[in-house]
Amino acid sequence: MALLEVQDIHSYYGHIHALRGVSLTVEKGEVVTLIGSNGAGKTTTLRSIHGVLTPREGRIVFDGEEIQNVPPHDMIERGIAQSPEGRKIFSRMTVLENLEMGAYHRNDGVGIQQDMDRVFDLFPRLRERTKQEAGTMSGGEQQMLAIGRALMSRPKLLLLDEPSMGLAPVLVERIFQVIREINEQGTTILLVEQNANVALEIASRGYVLETGRVVNAAPAALLRQDPKVREAYLGEV
Amino acid sequence: MSMVEAKQGGLLDSVRSSSWQSRIAVAVVAVLVVVLLFQAAQDPAQFVSQLLVGITNGAIIALIALGYTLVYGIVELINFAHGDNFMLGSFVGLTVLSGTFLGLGFFAPIGGDSGAALQIVGVVFALVAAMAICGLINVGIERIAYKPLRNAPRLAVLITAIGMSFILQNIGLVWKGASQIPFPSLIPDGNALGAFTDALVYRWKDLFIILVTIPLLLALSYFVQRTKQGKAMRAVAQDKEAAAMMGINVDRTIAVTFLLGGILAGAAGVMFGLFNGTTVFNVGFRQGLFAFTAAVLGGIGNLTGAVVGGILIGVIGAMSDQYVGVRWTEIMIFTVLILVLVFRPQGLLGDRSSVQGGGGERT
Ligand SMILES: Nc1ncnc2c1ncn2[C@@H]1O[C@H](COP(=O)(O)OP(=O)(O)OP(=O)(O)O)[C@@H](O)[C@H]1O
Ligand SMILES: [Mg+2]
Repeated sequence: MALLEVQDIHSYYGHIHALRGVSLTVEKGEVVTLIGSNGAGKTTTLRSIHGVLTPREGRIVFDGEEIQNVPPHDMIERGIAQSPEGRKIFSRMTVLENLEMGAYHRNDGVGIQQDMDRVFDLFPRLRERTKQEAGTMSGGEQQMLAIGRALMSRPKLLLLDEPSMGLAPVLVERIFQVIREINEQGTTILLVEQNANVALEIASRGYVLETGRVVNAAPAALLRQDPKVREAYLGEV
Repeated sequence: MSMVEAKQGGLLDSVRSSSWQSRIAVAVVAVLVVVLLFQAAQDPAQFVSQLLVGITNGAIIALIALGYTLVYGIVELINFAHGDNFMLGSFVGLTVLSGTFLGLGFFAPIGGDSGAALQIVGVVFALVAAMAICGLINVGIERIAYKPLRNAPRLAVLITAIGMSFILQNIGLVWKGASQIPFPSLIPDGNALGAFTDALVYRWKDLFIILVTIPLLLALSYFVQRTKQGKAMRAVAQDKEAAAMMGINVDRTIAVTFLLGGILAGAAGVMFGLFNGTTVFNVGFRQGLFAFTAAVLGGIGNLTGAVVGGILIGVIGAMSDQYVGVRWTEIMIFTVLILVLVFRPQGLLGDRSSVQGGGGERT
């Protein structure tokens, strides 16, 4: 059975019908990517999965249980963590405190320390800056912190919303390399990206979202060949 | 040598680059300080006594101000009902000490002629009861009046808060009537320093206020800085959505914040009653306004700011009472507020986004 199964969800912002029947599945151990242009509903999909937004229709099954009505603060216990759009780090807390917040629901001091070391191994830059106030770090460092914070819960499913946003090309490469490492260490990943080129390289499958609907779903290699996708999202004519 | 030069250069530079408004402000403050020092030199004992009185008054204001600032820090709402909750706190204390509730006498009234042990028990019991009840009232207010409006326009919540204030005030009016109600005098009025000197006056009452306030402030600071729940509060203040993603129950954390604010208001209510000797149904308006002013002066959302603002207002009030005239005191306090806000709109210790240690957008 799939780790995550989203079945025909409809989500709204007030009267705005943002998701008009989105379905997708993520198998255990996979990297799946969600691509689409601005306003397509990628972030809304992640927020619906995470419970920040409750879909008005449809079902979301995670790890064998329906979660569409579970409040967001219970998701971390179930194994879902997110590095959200806009990073949303706690800017007036230190780097260390931010990482501690990522393990807020845990009580196993030793395990937390192990995971912190793992985050520091993935992002050595963060280790140098544990005492720094998070809001004073550079955009790239904040992005690393957001991902590191999400990892601190040892999630089964990691939701990543545009982790390459606003980063220099070298850093983009580094972030994606880390995403691959995280996945190889056993975390399933649902990745939202504008940078479809790279996303389709590390993902096994992809979904293309347009105005709140899934318009294409295929293995990543096939999507990379698809002329429509190439034209719209890979910047080729 | 060179360091001194650099320092002087820095000072001169900052004077040169300062605006004429701030030069005037600095000049006004300097004149006031000189005048005060002159008075202090004439009668040092009186000056010090007055300073202590100011600090004591300020401590009560600070306790109430913390409630405004805690709540503002987490939901960006001015809880106008807070001052009236403080008033209810003094009423709860009064009721506990009277020993009579709903017409039923539970024990004989505790007053100035009761035994010392009984007086102490009475004060502690009154404090605890008021803290518990005001805490719960505050949680109730949030649940009924503010939570349903959390995503409503700011103005709607503001009006609701003002409405809540009137409701509490009228509950007080129905409960205890419109006239000033005397508090039993449980704390001696005499000079605590009497054994050492007659020149300096610091009454047992003043000492009592400080001895209750300091542990409360330490406990609050420990709670916010060190405990898990305190960290959750800071996280929620900075970013509710991210806090929820960390597994923090945002609604519960907000409720805890209101609980804390109410607890402090309850304590302040009883302390104020014992200190002041009387209370009345609309006392929350005046004290609440001063406390709110203190919170804004210190930088709303900043806990240390609320304490600094409270003490500052207490001291300015006491100095003005003594050296300018009681009728001028409110004018003095609000003039200082306006002056501070003109030059530091975010308050003395506040930052732009003003959440207790936190930026981040609201959700
Ligand atoms: N808070 C909100 N209130 C109202 N409408 C919203 C809100 N957030 C998103 N929307 C609308 O929902 C739709 C989907 O937005 P969403 O943020 O999911 O897009 P996206 O695919 O993540 O885009 P981007 O690539 O720009 O991040 C858009 O039309 C957007 O205008
Ligand atoms: Mg988005």
